[in-house]
Amino acid sequence: MNILELKNITKKYPGVIALNDVSIEFVEGEAHALVGENGAGKSTLIKSCTGAVKPNSGRIVIEGKAFKSLTPQLSEAHGIGVIYQEFNLVGELSVAENIFLGRAIRKGLIINKKAMVREAAAIFEQFNIEIDPNELVNNLTVGYQQLVEIAKALSQKARILIMDEPSAPLTSAEAARLYEVVEKLKAQGVTVIYISHRMEEIFLLTDRITVLRDGQKIKTVKTSETNMDDLVKLMVGRELKETYPARKACISDEVLLDVENLSGNGVNNISFQIKKGEVLGFAGLIGAGRTETAELLFGAAKKTGGTVRLKGEEVSPKTPRDAIESGIALVPEDRKGKGVLLDMTIRSNTSMAVLERISKYFKVDLKEEKRLAEEYKQSIRIKTPSIEQKIKNLSGGNQQKVIVARWLASEPELVIFDEPTRGIDVGAKSEIYTLVNSLVEDGKSVLIISSEMEEVMGISDRIVVLCDGKISGSLERKDFNQETIMNFASQK
Amino acid sequence: MVKAVDFAKQNGLYMVLFALAGFFSFATENFLVSHNLMNVARQVSMLGIAAVGFAFVLLLGGIDLSVGSVITLVNVVCGWFMVNAGLNPVLAIFITLAMATMIGFANGWIIANIQMPPLIVTLAMMIIIEGVAFLISKGLPIYGFPESFAVIGQGYLGPIPIPVVIMIAVLALGAFILNKTFFGRYFYAVGGNEEAAKLSGIKVKNVKYLVYSLSGFFAGVAGIVILSRTNSATVTAGKMLELEILTACVLGGISVTGGVGRISNVIAGVLILGVLSNGMVLMNVTEFTQMVIKGSVLLLAVAFDCLQHRKTS
Repeated sequence: MNILELKNITKKYPGVIALNDVSIEFVEGEAHALVGENGAGKSTLIKSCTGAVKPNSGRIVIEGKAFKSLTPQLSEAHGIGVIYQEFNLVGELSVAENIFLGRAIRKGLIINKKAMVREAAAIFEQFNIEIDPNELVNNLTVGYQQLVEIAKALSQKARILIMDEPSAPLTSAEAARLYEVVEKLKAQGVTVIYISHRMEEIFLLTDRITVLRDGQKIKTVKTSETNMDDLVKLMVGRELKETYPARKACISDEVLLDVENLSGNGVNNISFQIKKGEVLGFAGLIGAGRTETAELLFGAAKKTGGTVRLKGEEVSPKTPRDAIESGIALVPEDRKGKGVLLDMTIRSNTSMAVLERISKYFKVDLKEEKRLAEEYKQSIRIKTPSIEQKIKNLSGGNQQKVIVARWLASEPELVIFDEPTRGIDVGAKSEIYTLVNSLVEDGKSVLIISSEMEEVMGISDRIVVLCDGKISGSLERKDFNQETIMNFASQK
Repeated sequence: MVKAVDFAKQNGLYMVLFALAGFFSFATENFLVSHNLMNVARQVSMLGIAAVGFAFVLLLGGIDLSVGSVITLVNVVCGWFMVNAGLNPVLAIFITLAMATMIGFANGWIIANIQMPPLIVTLAMMIIIEGVAFLISKGLPIYGFPESFAVIGQGYLGPIPIPVVIMIAVLALGAFILNKTFFGRYFYAVGGNEEAAKLSGIKVKNVKYLVYSLSGFFAGVAGIVILSRTNSATVTAGKMLELEILTACVLGGISVTGGVGRISNVIAGVLILGVLSNGMVLMNVTEFTQMVIKGSVLLLAVAFDCLQHRKTS
């Protein structure tokens, strides 16, 4: 039985058609994956189901009842629950209080805490999850917080659960537990709509897959009747020969960056070198100190000890400005929070780190600025009608390219990429890899931080593994091996 | 049709302005006469001057409630130097403007280094400054300035009053800073995403020092114009002006959440407020009714800004 049907949904924004006549049917109790590159229309589709967006035309049919558009209240009342990438939890409240937020079980004006704790515990028990309902949400790891979100949706009698990239922030152990929960949800007849960029888990978890591209539904396929290559082909509309493009041997003997006993910002006595033309990968779990090391090198955090030498000369950047001037660039991890200036144009976003250099007596050289933005728009293929577009109108992958352009414009010797491909589509990913190649082939050096094992192994010449703020291992390319890296990463 | 809508969106403020002016032209006999229109221009000039600095602060995502008190203090101090210390007006103006700039810098320094909310810092500063103005003047008006000083507020350049000339120059300077200079661009960047601005190598603290200093400086210039026009320094010279300036900026589309806005629209905001004040006086609207209306305009302008924001995000 179809529990949810989207019929001919169209949603237009000024200048863009986000969804074009999309029809999808969701069967009760199935796990149904939505895949597509960034900008394919997945977010708009979810938002239409949750009432955050009103489609211009089409119908949403929930258990036989047709709606032109939904409101968040209607959507919830008809059993649609969503687990967003950013959680809607109050850290200062307990797990039970969060689950019943706004719907507290009470007698008159008095909240019945015992009953809430009991009911929360009952939900967790169904799924074999060990969480104390009295614990404050702030004290939980991201993985457990997500489970609280799921419990919250279930307590609202959700029959359709939409999960937006649920495994992105999780460690592999946490992800494995999430998969178990999804299986149990299916067994209970809950329909799971699963959005993910990770192919392996899509094939592990889902029954059917719908591919979206450029706002259109391309195809719905049974997971058992397709494979990864076919799926990628459907998503990008072209064949990707290999995800990790080959590069010429370009590592020189000259050491560009020499870090000795670097400490501070939660990092202890870290020593490593990067040669000119080399790609060094930083592997490790979240919180292992990789981003923290990058911040130290970039002058965004205070170091308490150790020395950093760039081309043999000691550098000690106290601010990002100092680092930029000595030839270090950092493409930060959190694109939205630390990278893009949403209300500014692509041109302004590109020139931001070099604005003073291209100014004469305070006045920005507009011609030079435009030239710069156009140059990078061409060379790293930023998809936009004009550099005068605001960056917020671009897809995630293209926003990331603009941020990369900002840093290339600063003409660095060393580029640090922190999770450069998180949340961006396959096509843009491969373009970022090509870019890394051309950087090192040009004699620059790259430090790349990535939580995706496959990526860090595919792109690096050498890998340093961090654990608990220290270096726990180092591997040459010929020794790359998932298990070895995992062992180093989880060493205590 | 689409073109008409786009036109209305881009020029909505000026359409409101003309509608308002049209209304007062019919409702009163004395509005649409050149003498009165010049009067409006002169009345709004100090608003327009101070609004430029205030707009910078709003773009940065901050607020500066101390500008009204700075205007008062500038009146009292400049008057005191000229009358009680017998200082040359040029020197008195110079010292006073330096003082106003330093007050702004102090705001910026505290906000940037102690990371206190701008609202609280500038509110405290507003009270302190007002107190200082009372202490210096003992609450009494200061008057009897050198004749040459009156030129600034009462003189003409051809047919145009000097305050209007100063306002146009300041607005042009403000537009130049925002559109052409790198540090003007930094105001938007810091207001839009402070963390991203910092990681792009922008020295965020310096930007804050500069913006609040400029806010103090432009408030100082406005204060001098007022002093010269009224020819007497009183402790009520800048009373509640911060709210009028804020209203003009928000009417002019400067977002209270920072990062969005342009000077060309602030001019419209300033003029709308000026026409409204002038028209209400011509229609004999009482002072208290005026307060109700002006407060409502501020509320509406902010509401419009917030709704706009909700739509795009």
